[in-house]
Amino acid sequence: MSELIDPRRRRLILGLGAGAGSLLLGGCERISNDPRTPSVLGSAQWLTRAVQRALVARDARAPEYRRSDIAPVFRPNGTTDPDNPRYQTLAQNQFRDWRLRVDGLVANPQEFSLDAIRAMPAHTQITRHDCVEGWSCIGQWTGVQLRHVLALVLPKPQARYVMFFCADPMDGGTKYYESIDLREAAHAQTLLAYALNGITLPVAYGAPLRLRLGRQLGYKMAKYVMHVQLVDSYRPFGQGHGGYWEDQGYAWYAGI
Amino acid sequence: MRRSLRTTPPRKVLIQRHSRSVRVLHWVNFLTLAIMLMSGLQIFNAHPSLYWGASSNFAHRLLRMEAMDDAAGHTEGLTIVDGHRFVTTGVFGWSRGSDGSYTERGFPAWATLPGSTWLAMGRLWHLFFAWVLVLNGAAYVLIGILSGHLRRDLLPTRADWRSLLHTFAEHVRLRFPKGEQARHYNGIQKLSYLGIVFIVAPVMVLSGLAMSPTMDAGYPWLLSLFDGRQSARTIHFLGAMTLLAFFLVHIAMVIVSGLWNNLRSMITGRYTIEAAEPVAQGAPHE
Repeated sequence: MSELIDPRRRRLILGLGAGAGSLLLGGCERISNDPRTPSVLGSAQWLTRAVQRALVARDARAPEYRRSDIAPVFRPNGTTDPDNPRYQTLAQNQFRDWRLRVDGLVANPQEFSLDAIRAMPAHTQITRHDCVEGWSCIGQWTGVQLRHVLALVLPKPQARYVMFFCADPMDGGTKYYESIDLREAAHAQTLLAYALNGITLPVAYGAPLRLRLGRQLGYKMAKYVMHVQLVDSYRPFGQGHGGYWEDQGYAWYAGI
Repeated sequence: MRRSLRTTPPRKVLIQRHSRSVRVLHWVNFLTLAIMLMSGLQIFNAHPSLYWGASSNFAHRLLRMEAMDDAAGHTEGLTIVDGHRFVTTGVFGWSRGSDGSYTERGFPAWATLPGSTWLAMGRLWHLFFAWVLVLNGAAYVLIGILSGHLRRDLLPTRADWRSLLHTFAEHVRLRFPKGEQARHYNGIQKLSYLGIVFIVAPVMVLSGLAMSPTMDAGYPWLLSLFDGRQSARTIHFLGAMTLLAFFLVHIAMVIVSGLWNNLRSMITGRYTIEAAEPVAQGAPHE
């Protein structure tokens, strides 16, 4: 077969192949470090979201598990003890002075005490928590449906997202924050949870109140929630990507 | 080129082996699979442990890669498979990071995309190229059915089944078909390609989707199929290792059965066969 082709040309093509391989790997590294990459590769999340929304019913519920499935050790993720003097003062007083402010694009902004939230209709569910790292833990969560709280403050028609502002300072001092859209906010399994496995939510898991979503990854579920705000865009907050981890390059849509 | 057909004994015949669509889809697939594998290992490294069932029982891991100090205070990389410990320093658990210094990581820097520990970037690559892979694969199956490529070239014939053991024995001895037999894939090739396309690839897509909490809400049978999300993650990992094994054997076969001829046939489409007996002039399929 070799006589069919000039050996120099063969060497050239093989060399080009080997060169292309190493260029490709180097190229992938360079692309990873390019500041434009998160928005280019990250654009796939909007296709993923559109397709998943077309395929999965609005009210489809995440699977619920049995009591025997509850993890003996539920791994707390993210912050486990906020380095925030104001939060620590509230915690020492069992959050008696804590208030959840709910405002923004609403007709009736309000503040709720922990007792007021506990007096609202309670929902308990045993669901799986999937961390973006890859592990899963099953726990029993009790709280109020977010849609119940939103109905009390009367969202305005232009409201599109719900922002959650938290007490835990992250690297660089910025506080954790997150955002979800109204579709996810209206889901039956979207809870503001105040109890885990039947006991008052411990500090490591986000006391006094954390977000629970059935259909997204753990980083969306803000802990130590202090302030809920309805907005028409998450762009003005943080670096504009909708959450603390989103600002570090993670996808806003965490359904996969 | 035609001249050589007549002058060189034994007679060599150039045939058109791969259609243009198969060649384009093959190389897109190659690039995409490389990116998927390496970014997948980056994602795995964020929690280099595997479990069975719905959730992670941290006390019982099927696989775990970690760094640990031995009695003398030296750090070693450990790979623990179902309780059996293997020292894998330099490769799994404890290896040189992208900056050259040793770090605790599952797979080494040269195997992951990006090389440094960077889960967000690994997910960006993986979840973008997952779409490329699925679209490319769907195009391959569609074109393969419409053009008859799958039925004509990949569906094993009765003769393929009968000679399967013989073909296997020949492969082990590194003896490959010549002449007229080299015009077609043999039974082992057909079954491997079909197995990858119609078994391993769908398992990879489905086990990947079973890890999506939104898909689990809409399609709980995905979880039943794999016995839970963590089992799906384990199967996804094993499927990736199967693809890697296929890739390595594929490369080895490409090299030992005529690197240049095989490579050219997947680039230009042309493939040389040695004609055992007089054949019709010119190149068939052209």
